[in-house]
This record gives sequence, structure tokens and C-alpha cells, in this order.
Amino acid sequence: MSDEKKCITCPGCDGARDPKYDEVDKVIAKYRNLEGALIMILHQTQEIFGYLPEEVQRYVAKGLNIPLADVYGVTTFYSYFSLTPRGKYRIAVCMGTACYVRGAGSLVSAFEKELAVKVGGTTPDRLFTLEVSRCIGACGLAPVLTVNEDVYGNIGPERVAGILAKYRDRQ
Amino acid sequence: MERIKLTIDSTPVEVDPGSTVLDAAKKAGVHIPTLCYHPELKLEGSCRICVVEIEGMKNLAASCVYPAANGMVVRTNSEVVRKTRKSIVELLLANHPEDCLVCPRHGTCELQDLSHQLSVRKVRFRGEKRELALDESSIAVVRDPNKCILCGRCIRICEHTQKVSAIGLAGRGSRAVVTTPFNRGLAEGPCVACGQCIKVCPVAALRERDASEQVWKALSNSTLHTVVQVAPAVRAALGEEFGLRPGALVTEKMVSALRKLGFNRVFDTQFGADLTVVEEGHELLHRLERNENLPQISSCSPGWVKYAEHFFPEMLNLVSTCKSPQQMFGALVKTYYAEKFGIAARDIFHVAVMPCTAKKFEASREEMGRDGLQDVDAVITTRELAFMIKEAGIDFANLPDSEFDLPLGMSSGAGTIFGVTGGVTEAVLRSVYEIKTGKELEEVEFQAVRGFGGVREAQIPLNGMTLRVAIVNSLGQAEKILNKIKAGEASYHFIEIMGCLGGCIGGGGQPFSKDPDIKQKRASALYRQDHLKRVRKAHENPAIKELYRSFLGEPNGEKAHDLLHTHYHARPRY
Repeated sequence: MSDEKKCITCPGCDGARDPKYDEVDKVIAKYRNLEGALIMILHQTQEIFGYLPEEVQRYVAKGLNIPLADVYGVTTFYSYFSLTPRGKYRIAVCMGTACYVRGAGSLVSAFEKELAVKVGGTTPDRLFTLEVSRCIGACGLAPVLTVNEDVYGNIGPERVAGILAKYRDRQ
Repeated sequence: MERIKLTIDSTPVEVDPGSTVLDAAKKAGVHIPTLCYHPELKLEGSCRICVVEIEGMKNLAASCVYPAANGMVVRTNSEVVRKTRKSIVELLLANHPEDCLVCPRHGTCELQDLSHQLSVRKVRFRGEKRELALDESSIAVVRDPNKCILCGRCIRICEHTQKVSAIGLAGRGSRAVVTTPFNRGLAEGPCVACGQCIKVCPVAALRERDASEQVWKALSNSTLHTVVQVAPAVRAALGEEFGLRPGALVTEKMVSALRKLGFNRVFDTQFGADLTVVEEGHELLHRLERNENLPQISSCSPGWVKYAEHFFPEMLNLVSTCKSPQQMFGALVKTYYAEKFGIAARDIFHVAVMPCTAKKFEASREEMGRDGLQDVDAVITTRELAFMIKEAGIDFANLPDSEFDLPLGMSSGAGTIFGVTGGVTEAVLRSVYEIKTGKELEEVEFQAVRGFGGVREAQIPLNGMTLRVAIVNSLGQAEKILNKIKAGEASYHFIEIMGCLGGCIGGGGQPFSKDPDIKQKRASALYRQDHLKRVRKAHENPAIKELYRSFLGEPNGEKAHDLLHTHYHARPRY
């Protein structure tokens, strides 16, 4: 980066900019004139960063010229948005009524035991984050869980270790 | 358009299209309790306390948002309505702290009032009481999220009326909370400390940072010389705290009360306002002559000044460099007054009584002092003064009259009207006209700049030119007009901007009031006082003339600049 392009506005920063912000710029440019675009922009920004750190939320608010309180209100309202770093693989056990009565609770316990983290937690190697979700509308497969975009239905606690191994092997 | 006819509790009533059931009830003389509703704010309909029964509808409707319709039959006090309202209050009380007896809003709390009005005698539910940290980061405004009932009035006034959005709703469901982004506290965000959120908060979730203990301590310290200044808007509202009618002018009783509290000198911020008029008037004439930094924008409202620093840093050159009356006064107390009466500045404890919470912030600005001393040592609001008077056991309503001390208690009617929107403009016009033309102004009352519209414009003939002025109250209106100026869609010579609706009389430190005409009543008190003043023009105040003659020299001169003018700096919005 040439000297004249170095950003000097924020204290404690060497001026080098995370290229991920360039991607956020593109997202903002694409949607900025669309009413109600904030959720879409945050959604894609979370894809870029993996989560929505404070400085990124500030960046989005500034980019859209809207109050930071509006952004923070949205990111804390929807459970989809995460303000803390998450693992590469996001496990979401459905806790909808059907899944719950078909044993989703024991699935969660099994994951907690295997990963040694509680719901909402991320493993120290940043590989897995364990979450629970509301009904995902696949009640016929209950109990159901998702790992990123993959869906697993009719799962019992005995299959938990195998599922985790599959993703560990991908490393 | 055709009027809507409906029946409220068997009273027929006619309303304009667009009216709500609540509007219709008011017209029918029927009282419906409300909580999240506020006449100055956008409708929300979230608390449901105003529910009514509408014939033919299965569920109860929130009357504050439900549109009135032809032929509608509304019942506002049926059994189901009364029971529902009670349950709502009970649910609110179920997780509200039970510390009414020591709460600063005891007696002015709307939740307490509702509970009383609706005869809630027991709370059938027990909810989880939260223990969230208080936000005490701001010097002016304290947030206590544990007392918050999530009515959203603070958010609406901050977002829509003030266009600041320092606070918002975060989280969801039972974890929802009104907070600053990332819970970082008001001091870190763009909060301008205007205190309008306090004004609309029905409970004690928002309140001013109480400085009265600091003042009591100074008053009981015999080595300190205590000097108080009182802003114009205080005398038009203080009486409300003691059962006097809204709009009662209590200047002389207020002075007596301050003496009884033990202040060594009781002075008038209106003297500072007169001085501001002279300095700001000369500054305006200077800018007009050079045709630079126009429009000149007033700088008396510290909420507005901080707003400009956060949101319009590129326009700070337009803001008058004059300090506000409070700070001009403060600078003189620690210099002119100290010298004249042979008291060391460090032995003076200077208190300002203000209708405003942002004044607390202003007094703390590092530009506002010299030699390591702040010019104003403590700022208390009208409400805090009322608390002190009550605590001292002073029978306010029956106090004898007393006059301000001289010389800094002498003021003109121009200084008085600073407390109401349009007043600064009118005061400046009275002086600028005479300074510029050298002729006596016969009609001193500029009716064209009075009133309560968010933005008012006037064109004043001034020695061959036409002075275009605009008067703005509330920061949301300021945003609009500044954007117009930036876009070249509007052009003025002078703009008065007051951070709060109605100007200082509607400030965030004023007594809580449910009177819908409270601003008009307080304003008329100030206009009445102005009318009664022997001197109506700031530059004719004899004490001001003497100040320039014996101490300051010329208006806008070197010494005046050093003591009475200031500078601004950009602050981050994000």
C-alpha cells in the first residue's frame, strides 16, 4: 500500500486494511439503494467475516449512513447473526416441537459431550460451533440438525461422533 | 373530506378522517390511560394499556393506534377492559424494582400513577428482576435499564425528533433492552445530552446525573464563596414543582429560595444572555460585512453544538464562536466578578441552574475554564433545584419576594426571551437593528419570529438590506435545514437552532408535565416578563455597558474573544 493511501483515522491501526472490507463495500454498493437492505447486507457480511464483530457493524452503519443503534438492534434481534467468532462448521440442532419430542435434547447433550462446549460455544480449534435452532420446517425428518448447509434427519445420539469425524476429516 | 361519526361509551362524537380511537375519546371527554403513547411522538401501540372494546371485534384494540371508523361503537371501561389493563400493569410491575419510596420519580412516575388510577392492589405475578449495570458514563444523563418498561418513548424521541439515535432496542423477548450500541454507554456514542429522553421517560430509567450533593457540600463549606446563576426558562417552570399553576412566573420567590439555600450571591443568566446578544450581534454584523461564514448559526444550545460536532463537522465554521450565556457568565464570575470584589477565583464555587441536561456537559468541556479551574463548577437542573428546595423544607409558595444581586443580576427583556424558541433571534434583532442603523427601534416585539413551528422563517429589513433568518427547534429540524443549506436549496443570514422542542422551556431538565400546552404557558410567562422589563434591549443594559467600559473593552475585542468566545471540534458519529 502506498503511503498516501494509508488509512490513519483509527488509533492502534497500522493502516493495513483487511481485504474483506473490500468485499463488504461491494455488498453495500449493490444493495444500498434498496429499502430494507440492512438484513441482506448483514447476512452477506457475516458470510464474509464468519461473524459480525463490532468494528464491522460500525463499518456497515457508516457505509449505509444509518445509526449504529439500528444495526446493533438488528444483529442482536435475530439469532442468525453472531457477534462472536464461530467455528468453520456450524451445527444447529432443531429444537422445534417435533424434533424436541423425538429426542433433540439428547442430541444436544451428545454434541456437548463430544465437543466439550455448551450450546452457543465454539471449540478452541474454531472448527465447530454448537447452536440450537427453531423449527426449520423439516419435521418429517425429526429429529433434524444442520451442519452449515448439510441437513441430517432421523439422527440419534449414537451418530454424533460419526458426523463430527466426517468434518474433522475434511480438514 | 367527510367526518367520521362514532360512539364512545354511548357518547356520539365526530372526528376528522385519520383520527384514532384515542383522539375520538379525548374529544368525547373520555379518559383512556396511556403509557407508550406520547402526544409529541410517533405512534407505537406496544404497551396495550389503552385497550378498548370495539363492538363486532373479537379482540381488544389499542386505541392509540386504532383508526376511528364510521359507526364504530367503543367501550372504554367494560369489565374485560378494566381487567386487561390491570393485568398489563401487574405484568409490568412483576419485574419492576420495588423501590418506589426511594425512587427519584416517586410522585412523577407514570407507572405508579397508572397502578394507582387502575386500583391495582396486588401483583399476582412474580417475574425475574434483572440486575443490569447502570450506564453512568455520561456527565448529564444516567440510564437505569432495570427500571425500563420498554415503552420505547426515549428511542422515538432520540431517533425521530432529534435524529441522534444514541440508544435503541437490542435483543429480543424477555432479554430486550434499551441500550447504546454494544452497551458502550452514552458517553461513547453520539448522545448530545439534550435529556429529551428523560423528559419522555415515564419511569426512572432515564434521569439526569444528580449534582445536588456536590452543591450541598459547597454550600456548607464556609471557606467557599458560592455564586449561583439561574437561566431564564427556570423561573417559568419551577413553580410547577410546588403546585403553582403552569406558566406562573416565580422569579422573585426563586431568588428568595436560593438565598435561603445559602448562596452568597444570586445572579441571573439573563445577564450572560444580554452579553451574548451584544457579542453575537457584532459577530453577525462582521460576518455580513465580509460576507463570510454565513449563515451564522446560534451557539447557545449545548445539545445543538454537540450535535453539530457529531453530525455536521463540516459546517462548524458557521456556528457562532460565542460561548453560551451560561459559559460567558461563568467566565466573568471567575474573572471580572472575582477581581471586582477581591475574591480569589479558586475560592468561588459557581453553580448554574439550568432547564437543560446538556449544560452539565457544556460546563465540563475543557475549553470552558482557565488556570485549571472550570468556569462553572456544578450545573443543576430545574428539577434538582426543586428537590433541594423541598429537602431544605422551604415553603416555596409562601416565600417573600427578593431581587437578584447586582451587578450580574441586572438584565434586559432580551435576555429573558432567550428561554424560548425564537427568543435569541428576537433579542439579536433588537440590538443589531440599532447598532447597524444607529436609529432607535420603536417596535421591539418581532411577532414574525415567535411561535412553535419546527422551522420558522422571517425577512427583516435592515438598513437597506433584507436579513433572512430562520428559527429551528429540535435537532431533527436542524438536520433538515442544514442539509438544505448544504444542497444550496436554502440561504439565510442567521439561523437560531435550539436543541429542544420549544427551546429551553422544553429542556430536558424541566419539571415533568402532562399539560399538552405546557410550552405555550411557560413561553407566555417569559414574554410577560420581557414586556414588564424597563430595559428591553441587551445593549442598553447598564450593567453590560459598565462591563465593557471598565473591563472588556470593545465587543468582539481581544479580551472579549479571550473570555467569551470558543471553538468547536469534530466528534465521531460512529
